[in-house]
Amino acid sequence: MKRLVPYIALAAFASVPLWLHDPYLLNAFITTGILIVAAMSLNLLLGYTGQLSLGHVAFFGIGAYTSALVSLGFDVELIGGIRVVHEPWPVWTGFVIGTLVAALCGYAVGKLSFKVRGAYFVIVTISFAEVVRLVALNWVELTQGPLALTSIPPMTLGFPGVGYLDFYSKQSNYYLVLAVLVVSYIVIQRLVYSRVGRAMIALKENESLAVSVGIDVTRYLVLAAIFSAGIAGAAGSLYAHYLKIIDPDVFAFLYTVTMVIMVISGGKGTLAGPIVGGLIFGFIPVAARSFATPEIQWILYGLLMIIIVFVLPKGIVPAVEKWFSAPNTSVDPEPLQAKMHDTP
Amino acid sequence: MSTMPSNASQPVLSVEHIAVHFGGLIAITDMSFVVNQGEIVSLIGPNGAGKTTAFNVITGFLRPTKGEVRYKNTSLSNLKPHEVTSLGLARTFQRTSVFQSVTVFENVMIGLHRRSRSTLLDTLLALPREGRAEAELRSLAHELLEIVGIARRADELAGSLSYGDQRLLGVALALATDPSMLLLDEPVSGMNATETARFMELLNKLHGRGMSILLVEHDVPMVMGVSDRIVVLNYGRIIAEGPPAAIRGNPEVIRAYLGEGASRHAAH
Repeated sequence: MKRLVPYIALAAFASVPLWLHDPYLLNAFITTGILIVAAMSLNLLLGYTGQLSLGHVAFFGIGAYTSALVSLGFDVELIGGIRVVHEPWPVWTGFVIGTLVAALCGYAVGKLSFKVRGAYFVIVTISFAEVVRLVALNWVELTQGPLALTSIPPMTLGFPGVGYLDFYSKQSNYYLVLAVLVVSYIVIQRLVYSRVGRAMIALKENESLAVSVGIDVTRYLVLAAIFSAGIAGAAGSLYAHYLKIIDPDVFAFLYTVTMVIMVISGGKGTLAGPIVGGLIFGFIPVAARSFATPEIQWILYGLLMIIIVFVLPKGIVPAVEKWFSAPNTSVDPEPLQAKMHDTP
Repeated sequence: MSTMPSNASQPVLSVEHIAVHFGGLIAITDMSFVVNQGEIVSLIGPNGAGKTTAFNVITGFLRPTKGEVRYKNTSLSNLKPHEVTSLGLARTFQRTSVFQSVTVFENVMIGLHRRSRSTLLDTLLALPREGRAEAELRSLAHELLEIVGIARRADELAGSLSYGDQRLLGVALALATDPSMLLLDEPVSGMNATETARFMELLNKLHGRGMSILLVEHDVPMVMGVSDRIVVLNYGRIIAEGPPAAIRGNPEVIRAYLGEGASRHAAH
């Protein structure tokens, strides 16, 4: 029964554009979906290796800017009078390159900062995000600075000999986001239910013991950072080509906080956690719009978050799992145990 | 687990002139000893004598100020702990020696990390090799739990096991790395008499399979019972070394443990 839940959920989400025609709500689904992908990537680091990246939006923004610039083209002059001219490339290459560049940044940040952990890692990631934001704001020649990159083309997929598929409509964008979300989910699932995931959990649980059984700590932390950053970059790319405009505000700290809230409330270290948390916090503003002013919406947002953290400190998904598995287990089912029994 | 030919009197581990200084504090002055193939050697000494420090140096968790540790003629200087493990040297820890919030079975699966042949690509693409590697690990994990005798606890959370069983799981974790030598840091501290007896049985079983073992322990009757040789440390120096019978009557050792008066009493 429990194994069917992801498939039922997928079928339900796949049907949404068939009966939902309100463009406002569909837009909310798409932007929430993009943020959920980003939250899932954060969960890989925070939930499985225990490292909090408070600059996670940097990877999201790098993916967005890279993807946009690859598909728009640019012409910049570097120090020493070297001119770099880039002609626009197909949009799907932007998506791929954006993902890879973000992953590369994940590698660099991971490699540099995993010598220090915990609080130091948090500081390094925050600083990284701030530096990237300042670059995006001030390197006007490349990024247009606060004027924003505009007329970003929508995602197109080219099939030589078959034709082109472009994602202009909300419906098609919805399915694109859903497809990326499913692929990211599968990648993360494959990782965490393998020896890679066991190594990550071991590091989070007891680092010196993990080392003593021959696990190379840095290798697995960096690996997690690479995948995490790459997936965040893919989400950023989707964001850029969906909104068709990005400015340095994509690096706002608020987005990182939103991702953290989605992960913590849904249940960190669970596959479904960021999705459940993401849907709740993505749709609060939508649901509250009809009866509350924006200020009241934020207050509701904060209140709900506090309530969830107080009542369900481990998050919604572990609590639900515990509820369903309670009658037939004698020991206290920790989230990790419940999850590991679920290995497909 | 590898079974070694019982070829005694050949040193597998040699600790050569190790000194450890923490700033001005000298934890170990000059320590040299060897562990031969298939031997159980115990490192004993009063609290603060430098036993755990010695352990951390051997397993690469701590860099010595001076000296060198060699395992099977490979120098362990400049090796990281996980690289030391991959040479066949596995350790347990004094206190938390298990991953508390996952099941006993998953603990051993984590311990089998180095034994898996699947690559990252196998994992991501769910290639057949991944499935085979995982199945192999699961059967190895069951086997290891049988060896240490906690197979029926496989699905329980490691943190919910009794103290003695957690220690046995710690040994299973160390064995999972396929070591040729085990380093056990106070494995029976806090165990009751039955648990200690069970543990000694396990040690003898492993000894019988040719495993070399270095033991740090406070429980003197247990040490006397299982060791081939004993090395006694005090204030960071080796004060005695030899078979249990010789150590028992050594006045230097008695003085270290019981004080000046006792040794004068024992000498008479």
